[in-house]
Amino acid sequence: MTIRFDNPDRPNSYIGKTVPRPNARKLVEGRGRYVDDIVLPRMVHVAFVRSPLAHARIEGIDAAAATGVKGVLRVFTGADLAAVCTPWVGVLAHLKGLKSPPQNALAVDRACWVGEAVAAVVATSRAAAEEGAALVEVDYDPLPAVTDTMSALDADTPVIHPGLGDNLAFRRLHEEGDVEAAMASAHKVVSARFRTARHTGVTPEPRSILVDWNPAESQLTAWHATQAPHMMQSVLAEHLDIPESRVRVICGDVGGSYGIKVHVYPDEVATAAIAKVMGRPVKFIADRLESFTTDIHARDHEIEAKIAVAKDGKILAIDVDDWTGIGPYSVYPRTSAIEGNQVVNLCGGPYDFANYRARTTVVFQNKTPTCQYRAVGHPIAVAITEGLVDMAAAAIGMDPVEIRRRNMYADDAYPVTSPAKMRFEGLSHHASMDKLLTLMDYDALRADQAEAMKRGKRRGIGIASFIELTNPSPFMYGIGGARISAQDGCTVRMDPDGSVVALSGVTEQGQGTEAMLSQVVAEGVGVTPEKVRVITGDTQVTPYGGGTWASRGAGIGGEAALQAARALRHSILEVAGAMLQADAGSLDIRDGQVVNADTGAARLPLEELGRIVYFRGDTLPKGLPRELVQTRHFITMDYPFAFTNGVQASYIEVDTDTGVVTLLKHWCVEDCGRVINPQLVDEQIRGGIVQGLGGALYEEIHYDTDGQLLNGSMADYLVPMAAEMPDMVIGHVETPTLESDLGAKGAGEAGTAGAPAAVMNAINDALRPLGAQVTEMPFTPERILRALGTITD
Amino acid sequence: MKASAGGYARANDVPHALQLLALAGAAGRILAGGQSLVAAMNMRLSDGDMLVDITRIGALRGVTDTGDSLHIGALTRHAEVGTDPLIRTHAPLLTEAVHHIAHAAIRNRGTIGGALAHADPAAEFPACAVALGAVIHAEGPEGARQILAEDFFEGVFTTALAENEILTAISVPKADAAETQIMEEVARRGGDYALTGLCLVRRAAGHRVAVFSAGPAPVLARAAMAALDAGDIDGAVAALQAELDPPSDTQASAGYRRHIAGVLLRRAVERSGGQGA
Repeated sequence: MTIRFDNPDRPNSYIGKTVPRPNARKLVEGRGRYVDDIVLPRMVHVAFVRSPLAHARIEGIDAAAATGVKGVLRVFTGADLAAVCTPWVGVLAHLKGLKSPPQNALAVDRACWVGEAVAAVVATSRAAAEEGAALVEVDYDPLPAVTDTMSALDADTPVIHPGLGDNLAFRRLHEEGDVEAAMASAHKVVSARFRTARHTGVTPEPRSILVDWNPAESQLTAWHATQAPHMMQSVLAEHLDIPESRVRVICGDVGGSYGIKVHVYPDEVATAAIAKVMGRPVKFIADRLESFTTDIHARDHEIEAKIAVAKDGKILAIDVDDWTGIGPYSVYPRTSAIEGNQVVNLCGGPYDFANYRARTTVVFQNKTPTCQYRAVGHPIAVAITEGLVDMAAAAIGMDPVEIRRRNMYADDAYPVTSPAKMRFEGLSHHASMDKLLTLMDYDALRADQAEAMKRGKRRGIGIASFIELTNPSPFMYGIGGARISAQDGCTVRMDPDGSVVALSGVTEQGQGTEAMLSQVVAEGVGVTPEKVRVITGDTQVTPYGGGTWASRGAGIGGEAALQAARALRHSILEVAGAMLQADAGSLDIRDGQVVNADTGAARLPLEELGRIVYFRGDTLPKGLPRELVQTRHFITMDYPFAFTNGVQASYIEVDTDTGVVTLLKHWCVEDCGRVINPQLVDEQIRGGIVQGLGGALYEEIHYDTDGQLLNGSMADYLVPMAAEMPDMVIGHVETPTLESDLGAKGAGEAGTAGAPAAVMNAINDALRPLGAQVTEMPFTPERILRALGTITD
Repeated sequence: MKASAGGYARANDVPHALQLLALAGAAGRILAGGQSLVAAMNMRLSDGDMLVDITRIGALRGVTDTGDSLHIGALTRHAEVGTDPLIRTHAPLLTEAVHHIAHAAIRNRGTIGGALAHADPAAEFPACAVALGAVIHAEGPEGARQILAEDFFEGVFTTALAENEILTAISVPKADAAETQIMEEVARRGGDYALTGLCLVRRAAGHRVAVFSAGPAPVLARAAMAALDAGDIDGAVAALQAELDPPSDTQASAGYRRHIAGVLLRRAVERSGGQGA
């Protein structure tokens, strides 16, 4: 039986409706349970001694003074932990040529970035551990630091890892058609240089892990703020030499992740290793300064790009040369080549054109490692593409909406394969653009812009179409050899009181995964959402799964939940049929009651069915299946990824005296397929937009040429804050994926993907009459004034 | 990080606080609102501090009209400064400044005395004090003394206050009838420290201009003031930019700050209703 999604009045119609989040009250009342809230008997704390130099040989470590601090129990060096924890290498087989040296939990012999952990101090309190860490004497012999991306491969640049031969981690060139010929014969060729700043994710809850080793059970238990508990189970088992079945990862409440908490961090693995050595629970909670130097960074790209267009605005060719510096190691196990790879995959994404060349060059540096952060590669690719398209439009005197109209894939063109060889099942660029223009009243906004100009106000409108990669198949990581599940599972059971428990392999980091699961299961079984309790984040309890990343929670985890719920419904009706001596097919479950499907007349409450099954099973026919628990798994098979699409618009005002950009309003229309919970999706989009706006206007990690991090605090790494955020209008077009009954694709990253490009185009729309253009993010007041030529020194 | 304080004692009154401070020696730190000190301690930028908590000394709090000037107790919170009717009437520059200072939680705790004694070059209140020609009141073992604001701020986080002294109050001359007081600043986000800010006071005796976040201490821009007195706004902007030697940092370069100071001066003069003089 399929769900009639087109009928909003169908019974149990929770999919597609805004239902309350089951965990919202708990979180709002401060009754969540984060890792730092957990206190175990005999628990100790670890603090790390971190390298103050970007690159240095470790000549010696003297811990004598540290061990004398009251409360300090033990100090571990890299060599100590290397004896119990094997190193890892962050490469994947399908990223051909990607290389990275072995990385240890604590640096052995050599520190390669400011903040890399070189020793660990364990004490009875965090304060004592820090006291001890301050007294550990490390004898560093400074080595030259590599900090510039573009010169990393130059002959006179030192090689960070001599064993690798050079500083090149990964390079990929993709060519389709004949770019040179298309450029040579084009009506106009526009080129530009783009730069996206180094960011980090700044989760409200810092990275946190608490690990206990119980020698009597030979079991390691890690309470971990992570997006991927099963991946971490596999990693800890492998590197600490414990059978996978003897590692349990528990992921309770998590205070935001944005991709930051999906990676393997050396200090977290060190914490686990120390717990195993000491045989007692060890807690590590990163503080904010540690977060800035050790949470993954992202988005540090420099790009030269060109677009060729015909007189009528048709895109003839796009040529992209992308460079990124990833720090000294490719991050394990997802690697630091994915972001550059995504830039190659995603540039030109919305457009039907023939000639495409893109190269990414990924180099090592002595800075914090970079890796996947919300909307991996998307904001970069969208900024390049949409920036070029707007510049091309200006060059031929065409309206930015019109040039997009002339190039976007037609809504009936699908399935289609892009010049980057991405396969699109079904997108809605034109319908989304139609809706956007209606929502923003494009013509009225242009009139307002002109009116403002008369008052001396420089306002600009920016449009950015985008595609977003969601619901990844094993083509993302699995084929490269990583033990990262693309499949996910859900177990749904009915308890004697008629309530339902759903155990899912996808995880909740505050974004509402559990709300989404509760309403899918509620509709699938036929109970109200408050009758569904959702359990996620425990490798010993939930079905095996990948967790929550790459916008897969709803599309993959949601479908597994729907299938499991439908299976449970079937089992319940089979029992009900026997009890009521009716054909199961004539019955339905609605609001927790077995009813006659045709009339809706109540026949049997689920709690009565539960009472009979669990306590008076003797009264049921022998041989009647009574499996009130069902598990289903789901994996996408037809497409490597479920692409979504959308379009954003930004309206801004530039103060050309000060360079300050004020965000006036923002719009986003996106198509994530079936919308399960409209409010959750809208807030995902808004939150994503905010992170994108941060990249456009505020966020930038600064290093000096010695590799010293210059802004490692919330006072000078500027995240977007409420006062500067514009009103955001969100709209949807729904093109469900046909790969699942649920039809949901991901919605978590669309906002971040498109917002920076929309703002860039809006600023340039405002500046264009003055002959100025900005392409280096964030667009600080100073960069605006330099583009205007106001300051030149 | 966890703070590593050397000790803590609560003072009952100013003599008691001075006594505690003397006992603490070089490690002594006055704890008032704690909005800079505690943050520094939590990053272990400062450790072993012997904290002398003055927050319970009622005599250091509140605003009184002393005839020609307002006496503002050191413990008066930013939020209280922002809503005080006497200040709004007689020193509106301080009222306006509060809108630029950080966020509500910080304004509810931070004190004007703490902000002045901390002497952050990017902070609003020190520049206001200089622009207004305020007087800083200090008490030490040798007794009380008064220091003109423009002599008080010596450099980054350094003032004329001796190690064994406590800043007890600031007195601000009451604005004359036609006086205008204006603050302009540019910050990356609301509540951030200014990239550069400027206070303009236009009173019968002449213009006063103080610039902040453009040097190690608030800059009293005397040449710009003289040009404004002469009615020469272009000359004032040029003079101001020549008087500044701003720093470059991750937020803005010296060149940007110098340029912005000129923009802010023009805006302030325009808001004050004219070309000056």
